[in-house]
Amino acid sequence: MSLLLSGVLFPPALGALILILLGRLLSKRSVSWLSPAAVGISFLTSLLSFFLIKGKASLYLFPWLSVGGLQVDFSLLWDPLSSIMALTVSGVSFLIHIYSVGYMGEDPGYRRYFAYLNLFTFSMLLLVLAPNLPMMFVGWEGVGLCSYLLIGFWFEKETAANAGKKAFIVNRVGDFGFLLGIFLLFTLLGNLNFDYINYHANSLAPSAATAAALLLFLGATGKSAQIPLYIWLPDAMEGPTPVSALIHAATMVTAGVYMVSRLFPLYARSGLALNVVAWVGIITAAFAATIALVQNDIKRVLAYSTISQIGYMFAGVGVGAVSAGMFHLFTHAFFKSLLFLAAGSVIHALGTQDMREMGGLRKKMPITFWVFTIAALAISGIPGFAGFFSKDQILAQAYIRSKAIWAIGVVTAGLTAFYMFRLIFMTFFGEPRGWKNAHESPPVMTGPMLVLAFFSVVSGWFFSSFHGWLKPLGYIHLEELPESKEALLMGASVGLALLAIGLAWWIYLKRGKGFHTGFIHKLLLNKYYVDEIYNAAFVIPYREGSRLISRYFDIGIIDGTVEGSGRLTLQGGRLMSFFQSGFLKDYALWMAAGVVLALFVMLGRAL
Amino acid sequence: MISVMVFLPAAGAVFLLFVSGKRTGFIKGFSLGISSGVFLLAVWLFVNFNPYYPLPQFVERARWIGFGLNYHVGTDGISLVLVALTALLSPLALASSFRYIKEREKEFYIMLLLLETGMLGVFVAQNLFLFYIFWEAMLIPMYFIIGIWGGERKLYATVKFVLYTMAGSLLMLVGIFYLWKLSPDHSLYFYRLYSLEIPHQAQILLFLAFALAFAIKVPLFPFHTWLPDAHTEAPTAGSVLLAGILLKMGGYGFLRLAMPLFPEAFRLFLPYLLVLSIVSIIYGAAMAFVQEDAKRLIAYSSVSHLGVVMLGIFALSFRAYMGGIYQMLNHGLSTGALFLLIGMVYERTHTRDMKNLGGLARPLPVLAAFLMVTVLSSVGLPGLNGFVGEFLVFLGTFETNRVAAALAALGIILAAVYLLWMYQRVMQGRAREKFLSLPDMSLREILIMVPLVVLFFWMGLYPGFFMKKFERSARFMMEITQQKYKIISLVNQGGER
Repeated sequence: MSLLLSGVLFPPALGALILILLGRLLSKRSVSWLSPAAVGISFLTSLLSFFLIKGKASLYLFPWLSVGGLQVDFSLLWDPLSSIMALTVSGVSFLIHIYSVGYMGEDPGYRRYFAYLNLFTFSMLLLVLAPNLPMMFVGWEGVGLCSYLLIGFWFEKETAANAGKKAFIVNRVGDFGFLLGIFLLFTLLGNLNFDYINYHANSLAPSAATAAALLLFLGATGKSAQIPLYIWLPDAMEGPTPVSALIHAATMVTAGVYMVSRLFPLYARSGLALNVVAWVGIITAAFAATIALVQNDIKRVLAYSTISQIGYMFAGVGVGAVSAGMFHLFTHAFFKSLLFLAAGSVIHALGTQDMREMGGLRKKMPITFWVFTIAALAISGIPGFAGFFSKDQILAQAYIRSKAIWAIGVVTAGLTAFYMFRLIFMTFFGEPRGWKNAHESPPVMTGPMLVLAFFSVVSGWFFSSFHGWLKPLGYIHLEELPESKEALLMGASVGLALLAIGLAWWIYLKRGKGFHTGFIHKLLLNKYYVDEIYNAAFVIPYREGSRLISRYFDIGIIDGTVEGSGRLTLQGGRLMSFFQSGFLKDYALWMAAGVVLALFVMLGRAL
Repeated sequence: MISVMVFLPAAGAVFLLFVSGKRTGFIKGFSLGISSGVFLLAVWLFVNFNPYYPLPQFVERARWIGFGLNYHVGTDGISLVLVALTALLSPLALASSFRYIKEREKEFYIMLLLLETGMLGVFVAQNLFLFYIFWEAMLIPMYFIIGIWGGERKLYATVKFVLYTMAGSLLMLVGIFYLWKLSPDHSLYFYRLYSLEIPHQAQILLFLAFALAFAIKVPLFPFHTWLPDAHTEAPTAGSVLLAGILLKMGGYGFLRLAMPLFPEAFRLFLPYLLVLSIVSIIYGAAMAFVQEDAKRLIAYSSVSHLGVVMLGIFALSFRAYMGGIYQMLNHGLSTGALFLLIGMVYERTHTRDMKNLGGLARPLPVLAAFLMVTVLSSVGLPGLNGFVGEFLVFLGTFETNRVAAALAALGIILAAVYLLWMYQRVMQGRAREKFLSLPDMSLREILIMVPLVVLFFWMGLYPGFFMKKFERSARFMMEITQQKYKIISLVNQGGER
């Protein structure tokens, strides 16, 4: 049975390999079959494994690192947690591969694009199926690499190249923490398998557990774009839109949530670490939502929305409700990738990402409009749609742990509904602003969107079985809340969301223009100037400092000293030129004298 | 067998002396053949090496000049992998010169072959005297390679390179005399020297003398300023071998000589050595970041990467020690590859100034792909070779000194900064009009790169294959350094083969 796992993991790797090595020999048509098919096989095998493998399975491949007591194997782990992730990843990835066939159809870098996309899927599955931290790190860095390559896909554009580099470097800051976390855990436990760590988490001193958990969490804030390392994700929108949907919305950026869920017992060992996770999550959720309120680039709105929604997931896991956090990850994968794909459909049709140049697209692009609306209702938490169920669970669990987190969460839900419908009203309603010809996208693009729309509704209906499926992990737990209270809480958040939608309607349709003045608007439009602050605090000092050191210290002082001593020798050499008569016999004489002297001195010392 | 391997290139060089310099095709083919033959011999050694035996194998000895000084070569696991690295990089560097070198071709290939003999000799020498001879002899061909076929400021660079290195090794020579005098049988055989009882005061002086020679070679901050000049001015093959092999001799010298010979003094200076390693990592990375010349950038990146190697060797943790040795191999391969690729860029564009480059991924997609993989290997992306070495070094260091490990691990961020910045400035953005029609990599160039890229993956995914070969020897050397073994008994029991 466990052999099935290689069928989950390797087809995309094979696809990527073929495309990279033989891509030039393949026709465009065969690329557009091969690449999605590779991921499709992965998805089907995941589905098979999901039904066939009961409980856990692992597949040993080969030893990787084995040095003096450190033993890390390449093997794959299938358990309730990884199975859900593998299904989500391969499924969404498959749909996005198909969509890409249409979206990237005209691009000259077609083969390269699909090679990267396959490689990404492989790396993500590796991350998900890893049974130990170093192997997860392999996948972790692999997806980071693909993210870098795909953000900078149109590398001739300066902004795209910069955005890719920024993503990689900011993630490296997170990796720094992640690696130190691995080192610390190894020093403490001598083993890096998840099972081992979780089993022995309670034997750790709480302070040690806190340190390890927080170091790993620094890695999560990088990969999952949370405060303080979220700044790369908005820029990552420079990549092709299907990439934003797959990597920067549905899968890779949720890896941090997955990692914390994986090591939940370690986090639970340290109450402080869990609190940090919850608070960073909820603050990021609110913070990013406020920025999304005023952005005019359709993809940037969605990017900040992603940051915000992942914040919810962390908040859910942080308050101890792993299944709720993971469930939001699951539903979010559908509706957020759908939002991106629909936005991509609009961008594909109009050639612009600026919502101020859109408007009135509802009639020209009916499918896009409707699926977008479904996804927006889902993310806004409107009852019946997927996001409602998952967000509701998180908020209810948060309420039990901390009323403050709950309150921030509810307000953020309102903000979410507002910016989503602001986006819809600006894009699909009103009069066309500047565009002339728009058309609905071809079936190869609308098809995957329709499938995702279906899941954006129904994926939310199965929370109790989802929860039950995860139960065997042993650390899955939900607090009970009286039903009346739950209804009240639900009413509050739904009411607020509806109010926000109404407000967006009033401002952007009825009144016809937004509020474009004032200090706060400017602050939000400039994203709280965080990029500028980071630049001033880190980038510029490092660059200018290095320049100064290079000029005055490296070349000036160190090299100057070397050359100075060289000059000194030269002067000395002039003095000594007396000895350089130019006759070989003289040299021989001096040399012999020197050797004799040296031997004499040495013997003298030794005797 | 080892002697044949070591002196085959030199013999080839002598033969070439009698070949007319006009027959360049023959000369190239012949030198490549010789160098490839050496590689095959090295493979034979690698395969037949018994990994369970820590002491030198394939030992060959001959009476030589008297005074107890004999010809004595052999290879333990650590030397073995360094020999293999040398034997691999040499033919690649040689082949990369076929179009790059356009004048005095015969002399160039003679120098390369002589250099190969010198490099191999350093790693297989089993007594200090022979080691020193190879160590110095190697400088001569390198001197000519940079001095004759180098760039604009070649003379400045050569003189600086030679003086720097000589300054270091002269003190070492004095130290060698002292050891010769001190040792009962005057053989200067490494494993006998390890068992010498050297007075504390003398240890300190000797360690400083040896350490200076090796620190310059590594190079550790602040002895590094010869490196950017030498690297930048050298022709591609020179840079490849300089970075790939010569720098390793510093690390090799530390672990084979300076540390096990003078363990007490080493312990005394250990904190400073750790500091110098860490400073090298961060300082090298910061300097690399602000270079305009791509080769200078890579040169400073070597300072940073060798800092990782030295940290691993100094950390006194077995995992870090293994990682340090592994990282020597990684650095040899990936930095060698970086120089090869930048050399190919230079052959096409005639500039290394990154201000004038950019956008080359459009006309040169294959070259761009190779550069990307190499950059990733160099930044330590898991799955590729660099990660394994860095991971072990940092992990091992973390066990003995957490602060040192945390500071050093900053290097992984900084490496990404300067290497991706370099990639961007060379490959991304819009290409200049005149560069748009440049030819992509030729078959010869691809064949040069393929073995390196294969090794990146192989060493990254299945490091056990390589580590197994030097694990025993590494443990042995480290335990000598930590004075856990009384060597006398082992050597005298006829432990040699």
